[in-house]
Amino acid sequence: MPLLEVTDLKTHFHTRNGIVRAVDGVSFSLEKGQTVGIVGESGSGKSVTCYSMLGLIPMPPGKIEGGSAIFDSINLLNCGEKKLRQIRGKRISMIFQDPMTSLNPYLRIATQITEPLHLHMGMSKNRALKEAIRALDEVGIPEPETRIQMYPHEFSGGMRQRVMIAMALITKPEILIADEPTTALDVTVQKQILDLIKERQRELGTAVVFITHDLAVISEVCDEINVMYAGNIVERAETGQLFKNPRHAYTRALLKSIPAMHAKGDELYTIPGLPPDVSQPINGCAFRPRNELGERNKCLTDQRPKLKDTGADHWVQDCPGCLA
Amino acid sequence: MNSSTQDTKSAEGQHDYSLLQAERGSSLWRDAWLRMGKNKVAIVSLIVFIITCLLCFGFAWFCKDPIQQNLANKFAAPSGEHWLGTDAMGRDLFSRILYGGQVSILVGLVATFVAVTIGVTYGAISGFYGGRIDAIMMRTVDTLLSIPFLMVVIVLQAVLSEWSTTTSKWIVENWGWNKEFTNRATNVLPLFFALGLFGWLTLARIVRAQVLSLKEREFVEAATSLGLSRLRVLFRHIIPNTLGPTVVYATLTVPGFIMYEATLSYLGLGVESPNSSWGILIKEGANYLETNPQLLILPGILFSLTLFALNFLGDGLRDALDVRASKD
Amino acid sequence: MLRFIASRLLQGLFVLFALYTITFFLAKAMPGEPFTTEKNLSEESKAYQRALYGLDKPLLHQYLIYPKNIITEGSLAVSTSKGRPVKDIISQSFKVSVILGLSALGIAICIGVPIGVISAVRRNSWVDWGTMAIAMIGICVPAFTIGPLLQIFIAANLPGIKVAGWGDPQDILLPAITLGLSTAAYLARLTRGGMLEILSQDFIRTAHAKGIPASKVITRHALRGGILPSVAFIGPAFAALISGSFIVETIFQVPGMGQHFVNAVISRDEFLLLGVALFFGFLIVIMNLAADILTGILDPRVRITGSSPK
Repeated sequence: MPLLEVTDLKTHFHTRNGIVRAVDGVSFSLEKGQTVGIVGESGSGKSVTCYSMLGLIPMPPGKIEGGSAIFDSINLLNCGEKKLRQIRGKRISMIFQDPMTSLNPYLRIATQITEPLHLHMGMSKNRALKEAIRALDEVGIPEPETRIQMYPHEFSGGMRQRVMIAMALITKPEILIADEPTTALDVTVQKQILDLIKERQRELGTAVVFITHDLAVISEVCDEINVMYAGNIVERAETGQLFKNPRHAYTRALLKSIPAMHAKGDELYTIPGLPPDVSQPINGCAFRPRNELGERNKCLTDQRPKLKDTGADHWVQDCPGCLA
Repeated sequence: MNSSTQDTKSAEGQHDYSLLQAERGSSLWRDAWLRMGKNKVAIVSLIVFIITCLLCFGFAWFCKDPIQQNLANKFAAPSGEHWLGTDAMGRDLFSRILYGGQVSILVGLVATFVAVTIGVTYGAISGFYGGRIDAIMMRTVDTLLSIPFLMVVIVLQAVLSEWSTTTSKWIVENWGWNKEFTNRATNVLPLFFALGLFGWLTLARIVRAQVLSLKEREFVEAATSLGLSRLRVLFRHIIPNTLGPTVVYATLTVPGFIMYEATLSYLGLGVESPNSSWGILIKEGANYLETNPQLLILPGILFSLTLFALNFLGDGLRDALDVRASKD
Repeated sequence: MLRFIASRLLQGLFVLFALYTITFFLAKAMPGEPFTTEKNLSEESKAYQRALYGLDKPLLHQYLIYPKNIITEGSLAVSTSKGRPVKDIISQSFKVSVILGLSALGIAICIGVPIGVISAVRRNSWVDWGTMAIAMIGICVPAFTIGPLLQIFIAANLPGIKVAGWGDPQDILLPAITLGLSTAAYLARLTRGGMLEILSQDFIRTAHAKGIPASKVITRHALRGGILPSVAFIGPAFAALISGSFIVETIFQVPGMGQHFVNAVISRDEFLLLGVALFFGFLIVIMNLAADILTGILDPRVRITGSSPK
């Protein structure tokens, strides 16, 4: 049995301009210690997927319309706020995109980092502080005893993300959700943070859900990759398999647009058009208007294509125009 | 993947994005007007304010003389002749409220006009020239902002109103103007300036901040490279672009000034009886609150209603023009 | 922090000096004589009086001698209309003013801040709209309407509460409420705005993700930043309370300093005017300083740089 199993998750936002179907039927699962990536463009619903599981969607306007997310035989989507709170931050932790704004500027690092220990473990102040200093040390913060008494603005971006990681892992969670943890950082720091996540994951045996729009990043850390487009998963495969043998037209387009995959002097590939407006119901294949690499006219128009196993646990949306 | 845009608020991002597409091609002011139209509170407020103005500045001329006393008919109940009854001097309350409204609204509008003129010019110059000039000008504003506004206005008002009484006499004697009219005009005039001269400080800072960011923009560079003089660039290209925040701030200043006028009049330092203003009426009404509460409540209601309308209108404009209250 | 306080105090001195300069020259520009109220004064005795108060000296001399006397002798000169030292007049009435002002400020904070927090948390609900509409009433209905209404409806019906006067502890109640209401309304709006801004920040999401209960997220993580705009408003709010006290003291016959200020203007009593204005200015400078220090305590970023970020 997988550690976390998400089935047919649907999260919609009821706005004045109509219903935004941010996540529209997403399923994936996560094994113990595994790293699963979710990749997609802005607005494809990858963050909303994870926020929905942890009850972090502002409701209203957000609403979880259906599906389940089973973690340790608890359905996170309807177990109630109180029970969810005991899991959130203890057994499932999160780190966020922008470490500059994700730490509370008004509170000392010590206060923020020991908070989960008081809250979930009932630790005394002194023990929690010792534990926190050790955690900062483990993520490579020099002089943790003095730095722990500082405020976030006294740290650099990379250091803050290290603090975030220490804070998220301090309760030794079973799952870590990393929402674009390197996007806001310098390229040189990105690598360090990725290495740190991998290292901590190995030591603690934590499973990681890694959300990013950056395929280069995801190839480095993930065992398995889910490609999301317009609130759906369009392709899922083991990392090597996906890069070697992408089946869906969108995945192929994404891979083609990575600058590193181009020969010098070649023109960069960009996917034409814009992601679809998910406030309008989409019937048929969502990628059809932008599909250049497949055969657009063969794309489904009457129903959204379903994921299907093409063998070797390689799942692709079954759209004749996109499959290759 | 070339996109480096953020994905944290993907749902909202999508939402904003679709908005952007829908409104492409129409101007800022038209957009604002459309948004404003959806804000029912703001529209109702606008209508209320327009009706109040029509009553005070239009209908009032067909009403009874607000100064005409009739001691035989004190505290009369509402009737066909006196729609809202009469006050302690037998004067028609309805017409006194409307004439009072003239003074109050006029003070609010004209003092705001004075404040906006000074504030925009000052702020624009400070922001545009920058450097040491800016530093000195803004330090001055900061210092003046820490001074209790009403206290200085009270003293200034005392000075100006003495002058205006002298001037009024002089005008009547030398130019032969109608004494009543001159008195009324010179009674109100000092208020315009007493309030306006000190109400421009916050606006100056808002405009300065706007100008600072505007002068870095391309269209200003374009104008400068076309060989326009600096002053011309400032007045033709930069100041018009500060209009949004100015309009919002000015709208929110008017009710503030109306309140100050009432406060000054209440303290006996503004408009003086028998001239009428909402402050005066409330002050007079308070004396007879136990026996004739309508003398306070009726002008009080119209007064508060006008302030309500102007404040909600200002809030609505701020939302429509998407101006954020800048505090620093 | 000490340097910060010192620089703010220096700034405060500047403000006081500017206030003095403006008030001094305006007072000099006021037409009419300080002694004209006593009608039968002969020219000689007027001249004598002027000499007695030092009003016959050159303007510049008068402008400089007043602050000099404050610094060297602690003297605020003598009131021309009351014939008593201004210091005595202020020291008699200042306690009343401070009690009234602080209780009004207390009422304003106790009403305004919680209302602002609640309506921000319950944004766009009936609670939000309702409280914000009431706040607007607080801003739009002047103290001189609310005051008399309170007199009629509360003082007349509740035993132990007088319509006007000052002496018993419960006499503070009505004037303080009248004075504090509009400030409470402003505070409610400011707190709501500040809280909305903070509640939309990423670190609030982090706090939720840590499993902290919603109520604690608000009190521990949001409130500190959310009340910053209100804290910065304490200075201006106190200035507004002083202005309001002119009116409230009249309505409820409270023997505070506000009436002295208004009377000083009416009777052209420039020394009383200067004394009270400077004293009020001093109070406002102190309150501004308190607000600055409080901001520094609440926001660590201000503490280091001495100015607010952004």
